[in-house]
Amino acid sequence: MRARLDTRRGPTRRTFIIGGAVAGVGAVAAIGVDAAASAQAAPASTPLNGDVTVPFYGTHQAGIDTDAQAHASLIALDLRPDVDRDGIRRLLRTLTDDAARLTRGEAALADTEPELATAPARLTVTFGFGPGLVARAGALSPSWLRPLPAFSIDRLRPEYGDGDLLLQIAADDPVTVAHAARMLLKDARAFAAPRWVQQGFRRAHGTERPGTTMRNLFGQVDGTANPVPGTTAFDEVVWAREGWMAGGTGMVVRRIAMNLDTWDRLDRPGRDQAVGRFQATGAPLTGTDEFDEPDFDAKDAIGFPVIPEFSHLRRSRSDDPAERIFRRGYNYDQTPPAGEVSDAGLVFVSFQADVDRQFVPIQQRLDQLDLLNQWTTPIGSAVFAVPPGCAEGGFIGEGILS
Amino acid sequence: MNTRSLRFGALALVACLTLAGCAGTTAPAPAAESASFSSTDVWVKASDGGMSAGFGELTNTGDADLTVVSATSPATSSMQLHETVANEDGQMVMREVEGGFVIPAHGSLTLAPGGNHLMFMDVTSPLRAGDDTTITLTFSDASTVDITAPIKEFAGANESYDGGDMGDMDMGDMDMGQ
Repeated sequence: MRARLDTRRGPTRRTFIIGGAVAGVGAVAAIGVDAAASAQAAPASTPLNGDVTVPFYGTHQAGIDTDAQAHASLIALDLRPDVDRDGIRRLLRTLTDDAARLTRGEAALADTEPELATAPARLTVTFGFGPGLVARAGALSPSWLRPLPAFSIDRLRPEYGDGDLLLQIAADDPVTVAHAARMLLKDARAFAAPRWVQQGFRRAHGTERPGTTMRNLFGQVDGTANPVPGTTAFDEVVWAREGWMAGGTGMVVRRIAMNLDTWDRLDRPGRDQAVGRFQATGAPLTGTDEFDEPDFDAKDAIGFPVIPEFSHLRRSRSDDPAERIFRRGYNYDQTPPAGEVSDAGLVFVSFQADVDRQFVPIQQRLDQLDLLNQWTTPIGSAVFAVPPGCAEGGFIGEGILS
Repeated sequence: MNTRSLRFGALALVACLTLAGCAGTTAPAPAAESASFSSTDVWVKASDGGMSAGFGELTNTGDADLTVVSATSPATSSMQLHETVANEDGQMVMREVEGGFVIPAHGSLTLAPGGNHLMFMDVTSPLRAGDDTTITLTFSDASTVDITAPIKEFAGANESYDGGDMGDMDMGDMDMGQ
């Protein structure tokens, strides 16, 4: 069963899956207290997050509705020229077996560092197919599976774009992520070479309550309007329904560089105006709680909209209810170039059943007008078809490769 | 009377006492060794030709030791049961293990790079990563079992082969495996 999480702030209890049994946050704390109180208290009686697993097999791949883990590596690979349809099948059989074992907290077959596999820490491995892989498999591509249209704000670098095969490897522990990436890339080596790697991070496990909306490195609460995993709204936004993609989804990965130096010069009211939300709470400028519905008709004393027309919130919100996405991005912060102190931004990741219908119109509106564009630059862009999950004995992509 | 038939006789007697319809006049056939055998996580190193090896965990759920005396696979003209030992120069080499692989009763035998393994002496049809291959094990009582094993790329498992008429089949860097 996929984890069902209510990701809204507020009085609802957070729950998370521990090895198949559901335990509330309060229950975990209680176990700790009881253990401390008992004469034979053993620290091992408190469940370790390192032991927590997310089921690999299922209708959907894991790592989409899974509560975002603290660390992620997104790796795009290009198939070698001599790899045919049968080669892709063999590659995905191998990688599926590796992923199923590692996400269970077991070493992969032929794993030379099995000791690094014993703390899965909610590891998920999610596979995405680029147009090149789908074509080589001889399958029908989803209509939207191609690079996004060019946007005027883009300054795309080829080294952060496209790819035949995507691996989204995420866990609460960075050693777990590194080991899984190494194992998968070793097994992929005969078939495909890494094209790009984008690593990112969120809050460490235990820092915040699970399901808390992340903050990006601008300090903004980022993802408030997300549909909630486990709800009908989420299912309608995310899951594709037709053909071999039924149970899969579309994935957009865009590297958004942030100019933190110029952002520094923008005072707090200016920042709030640019976003349309208060940096302090994530609440819309017309509200007080993060999850208050924004009132786009509200006017200030002078008669201007309280939530400016040019704000990111206003521009990203559509009147068309179909234009919705599920965001699951990660912060990045790399070695700064000479003379600078930061190279930071967001690995923007969104999941939506139809990229053309749901994502592109939003991005077009942001491209036309969004004050936040002053401080952000898209420098990478890639689109992938994420196939449905599989059952034990099967493999990811079997719908087009069997 | 040797130990083996005594063990089989004892098993037969136990079987007689527990089976409802047993007349008790003729002992049932002794259980084949293969019936007590199971394997987990068996895999074979990818190879286009030359030598390769199979690894995994061989388990014995029975009360008597099992002995694997030989193995075959459609992917090779010849298979051997190998151990890895230090030769007179202190170098780790692989060679046929005398007496076959003994899997202790209610125990297991690990085949791993740098240790015991199933040796594909001459790969005749390419072992490609992502495919499966079949290994047939024969036990000392001539019973057999088939194992389907996935094939994986692996950088290690390159020990020198210390076998008489095969000559010096050094495949590359000495690798201690695990």
